[in-house]
Amino acid sequence: MAGAPTAPVNAAPPEDVAEVRFDAALEAEIGRILSRYPTTQAALLPVLWCCQERWGWISPGITRAVARRLGLSPASVEGVLTFYTMYHREPPGRYALQVCTTLSCQLCGAADLAGHLQRRLGIGFGETTADGRFTLIDVQCLGACGEGPVIQINNDYYTALTAQRLDELLDRLE
Amino acid sequence: MEPILLRARGTKDSRSIAAYRAAGGYRAIAKALAMEPSAVIAEVRSAGLRGRGGAGFPTGVKWGFVPKDSPKAKYLICNADESEPGTFKDREIIHVDPHMVIEGIVIASHAIGANAAYIYIRGEFHAEALMLQAAIDEAAAAGMIGHDILGSGFSLEVHVHRGAGAYICGEETALIESIEGKRGLPRLKPPFPAVVGLFGCPTVVNNVETLACVPHIIERGAAWFAAIGTERSKGPKLFSVSGHVNRPGVYELPMGTPFREIIYEVCGGIRGGRALKAFIPGGSSCPVLPADKVDVGSDFESVAAAGSMLGSGGLIVMDDTVDMVWALDNILTFYAHESCGQCTPCREGSDWALDVVRRIRRGFGRPEDIETLERIARYASQGMTICPFGDAFSEPIKSFLKHFGHEFSAAIATARPLPDPKTPVLPLHSGSGWHGNY
Repeated sequence: MAGAPTAPVNAAPPEDVAEVRFDAALEAEIGRILSRYPTTQAALLPVLWCCQERWGWISPGITRAVARRLGLSPASVEGVLTFYTMYHREPPGRYALQVCTTLSCQLCGAADLAGHLQRRLGIGFGETTADGRFTLIDVQCLGACGEGPVIQINNDYYTALTAQRLDELLDRLE
Repeated sequence: MEPILLRARGTKDSRSIAAYRAAGGYRAIAKALAMEPSAVIAEVRSAGLRGRGGAGFPTGVKWGFVPKDSPKAKYLICNADESEPGTFKDREIIHVDPHMVIEGIVIASHAIGANAAYIYIRGEFHAEALMLQAAIDEAAAAGMIGHDILGSGFSLEVHVHRGAGAYICGEETALIESIEGKRGLPRLKPPFPAVVGLFGCPTVVNNVETLACVPHIIERGAAWFAAIGTERSKGPKLFSVSGHVNRPGVYELPMGTPFREIIYEVCGGIRGGRALKAFIPGGSSCPVLPADKVDVGSDFESVAAAGSMLGSGGLIVMDDTVDMVWALDNILTFYAHESCGQCTPCREGSDWALDVVRRIRRGFGRPEDIETLERIARYASQGMTICPFGDAFSEPIKSFLKHFGHEFSAAIATARPLPDPKTPVLPLHSGSGWHGNY
């Protein structure tokens, strides 16, 4: 909880990523990734991570560009993309609030916290606030069960939360 | 017991190589590299180290399955995909002492003849992936990773590979598929990964905690390690305790410590002074046990004799306020969400069982529901699916019905008839039908 608040993600608008080209910096990163594996396909997950870091989400245009770059069919990249839950296939809000809903967090009050969030933000799970600030996502076990309830905001874990602490936290996120 | 795996907890900059070396770290590498690989394997085998990821398979035996005469490359994979609900010990090791894991990786790679190792870490653990990468960079700069380590002629590269959100990738063959850039669908075994694994080559997959034990075994000897714990469950174990206890967290204890001691002494008892109702000893896929089993010892054999599994040591504690129909609903929501969809009994069974349990919980249970649940569990477990995921959601069903079946029966007995018996109770998945109705 201490330290700098979570940095926002500024997802690229869909029209900007309808088609993409990888610039020199991204190409250099892809080259470093490829050097770690004996096959090109093994670079797929890390390359998708790089793209999500750059654009905030994986658009169909990005999917096609990754497929071209790695010599894979767009369909197979799509298949991998949709298997994993962490790649965003729509542009998320600046802060993705990922609420753990699994047993240990629930035993420690995750449902109350989730209800509080829904009321405060006026949205349900899977939705983004109209100002593009918050996306609310229900997730399965985050692996920090001893400090429940746990919410992951973008990459950062926030643990042992109460409604009051969560409100203070959200007030700091713009 | 002196802390071993978590000895650095509370020390300043414990993740740095300087702190690790000050505590005696990286001494085992030189010793191991001076030993024949077969001698390293023999030492680990005689220490009695068993896999800490959940299956409890003897680590030295697993290493011994790698063919010595194969012309192919060999790989070591460190499984840091920690995703079993109730388990958070590997994250603690990474937070406290990542170099201990790196040292274990180097020694294990030497033992099996691997020149490349991957750490597969769940995508959510972004901070932990950075911690591991920082440790790898420090270790490489110190000559503990890389070309010709300590002049031994042995070379090793270590890479971090992030997952992207899929519980099933903790299963070793799904993990291998995931590194290869595919959907995480488990493979049929045999062939086992030790023969045909990553990129078609012999591969050993070991859990973070397992690998963290290895430097200590090499440095202090198999006999020292084997003296901790019970006769067949040797060494220290990290227990992740969560739920209704006063002091949840990760605790390092000798295997065999009774659950009563863990819950009431180590963790300070049940929150609010309430009574214990049930506990799950090893992560949510292990059978639930009622409070009267609390004197069972936390070793592989004792827990199995009591009708459950030690699993990953993820102890979930529930007090007397918990509605067990609700708890099973929650557990099945997880498994229905995470089934990879490859095998019909698991893909359909996990959704179906969840549908039935939710119906019971909402007051629309039917007399035949208990038998339906038992049938689903029977046909999805014990070898009916490619990987043990079928068992992972069937064991909770069987054990909840066995120990707390009266709560399900009571809910069914007071159920209202459905307004229209054909009305589906779907949608099932979290994300679509989730209204905070807990």
